[in-house]
Amino acid sequence: MERFNTLFFVAGLGCFAIAAVLSMVFPFMTMQSYHGMDYQTIEDLAAVPSNEFVQLATDFPEEFQAAFGEVSPDSYAEALLLGRDLYVGQACWHCHSQYVRVVSNEEQRFGKPSTAQEFQNALNQPHLWGTRRVGPDLSREKGKRSNDWHIAHLINPKNVVPTSIMPRYDFYFEDDGAPKKEGFALVAYLQWLGTTLYEEEVTP
Amino acid sequence: MTGDTSLVNYRLVKLHLGAAGVTLFISMAAGFLYSLQFLGYFPHPGNEFVSPGHLRLIHTNFAAYGWLVNGFTAMTYYVIPRLTGIRVWSDKIGSLIFYVWQFILLASLGGYLFDKAQAIEWGETPTGFRPGSFELNWIPVDLLITVGAVLLIVQFMVPLYKAREQQYYVTLWYFTAGLVWLALTYLMGNIVPEWVLPGAAGAAVTGLFIHDLVGLYVTPMGWGLMYFFVPLILRRPIWSHSLSVIGFWALAFFYPLGGVHHFLLSPIPDYVEFGAITTTIAIEVVVTTVVVNFFMTLRGQWGALRKSMAIRWFYVGAVMYFITCLQCAFQVTWMFQKIIHFTDWVVGHAHMIMFGTFTFWMFGVVDWLWPRICRREWYSNSLRAWHFWMSTIGITVMFVDLTAAGLIHGFMQRELNHWSEIVATSIPFWWVRTFAGGLMVVGLLCGLCNMWMTARGKREYDENQHLMPEGAE
Repeated sequence: MERFNTLFFVAGLGCFAIAAVLSMVFPFMTMQSYHGMDYQTIEDLAAVPSNEFVQLATDFPEEFQAAFGEVSPDSYAEALLLGRDLYVGQACWHCHSQYVRVVSNEEQRFGKPSTAQEFQNALNQPHLWGTRRVGPDLSREKGKRSNDWHIAHLINPKNVVPTSIMPRYDFYFEDDGAPKKEGFALVAYLQWLGTTLYEEEVTP
Repeated sequence: MTGDTSLVNYRLVKLHLGAAGVTLFISMAAGFLYSLQFLGYFPHPGNEFVSPGHLRLIHTNFAAYGWLVNGFTAMTYYVIPRLTGIRVWSDKIGSLIFYVWQFILLASLGGYLFDKAQAIEWGETPTGFRPGSFELNWIPVDLLITVGAVLLIVQFMVPLYKAREQQYYVTLWYFTAGLVWLALTYLMGNIVPEWVLPGAAGAAVTGLFIHDLVGLYVTPMGWGLMYFFVPLILRRPIWSHSLSVIGFWALAFFYPLGGVHHFLLSPIPDYVEFGAITTTIAIEVVVTTVVVNFFMTLRGQWGALRKSMAIRWFYVGAVMYFITCLQCAFQVTWMFQKIIHFTDWVVGHAHMIMFGTFTFWMFGVVDWLWPRICRREWYSNSLRAWHFWMSTIGITVMFVDLTAAGLIHGFMQRELNHWSEIVATSIPFWWVRTFAGGLMVVGLLCGLCNMWMTARGKREYDENQHLMPEGAE
């Protein structure tokens, strides 16, 4: 039994393949049959720019013009993708989770528990669930706080939460507090989190 | 025994061990700096490149792809030719693998600093492609790692395949399978969630990736090295070959089924989670058989713990291994998950297994191998002892501290305490964590300094002074 071929093919390839296929097929098929799981591309997600994004353009007209031009589905898509890239690149997702569980009173703290459908889109490929909450969960962030709060918080978290231990991201903002392109993108992305859930509620 | 250069390429063993030591230092230094952010003493806040988030990526990825892969590769370069009696495929390919691998590490380091990480936990190595497209924006590190892992397979499968008519020793089963699993795991984890399955279905795969990297690469390599070096040093066979057979096939079958347990109580279907929980508890049984085998091999020869530093690293690591795996069988249940998921408990668990067990085992290998490949006696025995004791005290304090912090965080979260209260309560624990981590870093510096001085030392190595009395039954 402990021959090269057995070890290589049965243990090495076989056992791995069984487990990998099971872990891919079972969750996917079940979620497919329960939720339908329509995939939303970035164009779908950005079809209607969010109120928060429009407000960013109104509040900082010159800077926004220089960074993204006009408010449009295209510029919103660009901002969301860049915001997600920064969120991934700066490892925000290692201290902030993006799913709400049905236990530990998380529903009361953060909002509605996560569903499979809300992650079936281009901005969750791969997902950003995270495994550690040094800071709170962010998957219900949309509209919870104002753009100004987010800007003040990103420039220096201690501005709004004196005991915060979050790092500063002031390099994404000008000295007068106006966002650079990255700052706009990050705020737009944070204000997007949870959007797909609310859409799901409107159109079940 | 050390002069046998016709079989083992000592240059490659030495190069990989050196690279492993340096990357471990980078990883641990990054972890230490990162922990300062939690205390509000991060040395240069507001820096876009050396930011705490980037340091965390460097910490975890250098521990895996820098330290463990380099270290285990060095160890396989020594072990596989000696067990099969056949050289590895090619020395030139060996050099190529070495340089490609160090280039991979540098390219991923650069990628992290310039925000090019991929959103796969523990596989953040940059894909090099803009997400969701095939447009290059960085060196495609993922592709290079795949090439490197395949080259490693070819390099080591050649002696293994040529020796297929021999009776394989248990270590070789683990190394054969482990090398295949490394490439497969890496490919699956970095391709499927990014290009094939988005969202929750992809999460099941990333969970499996994290789990497989530990379970199907690090664990078989670790068990394999224990089964090789412990009998070699003690000069007695392992206690039970039947148990090692059970251990191997149960690892191969049960271990990869538990991947989803990283995302319990999530949108992943409950029955899939139950399957993962059940197999994870089964793994605890498997681990027990292996640990029993380790300890029964040592029976009646407890004095070896005093005489041989390598045996001390191995068996302290084995004790921590048992503690961590026992803990795992509990923490994987929903009852524990409600409280401890998302908290420092998990961080403590991860450090105990990666540092307290597998790094300890590799330290044991380094302790045994380094004087033999350098043909010099250890420069300083007290530095060896300092390294051991600082690492042991450091990891123990860190584990207890983070476990306690995790429980407090978990319960405060359930009781709906304000988030800033949770942070304020955690800060004393984070101070202890940073202190323990500092101890581990200083311990490592002792070890690295000792390695450096030994390599440049004058005292010729004499095998006869280090032989254990034969462990007769």
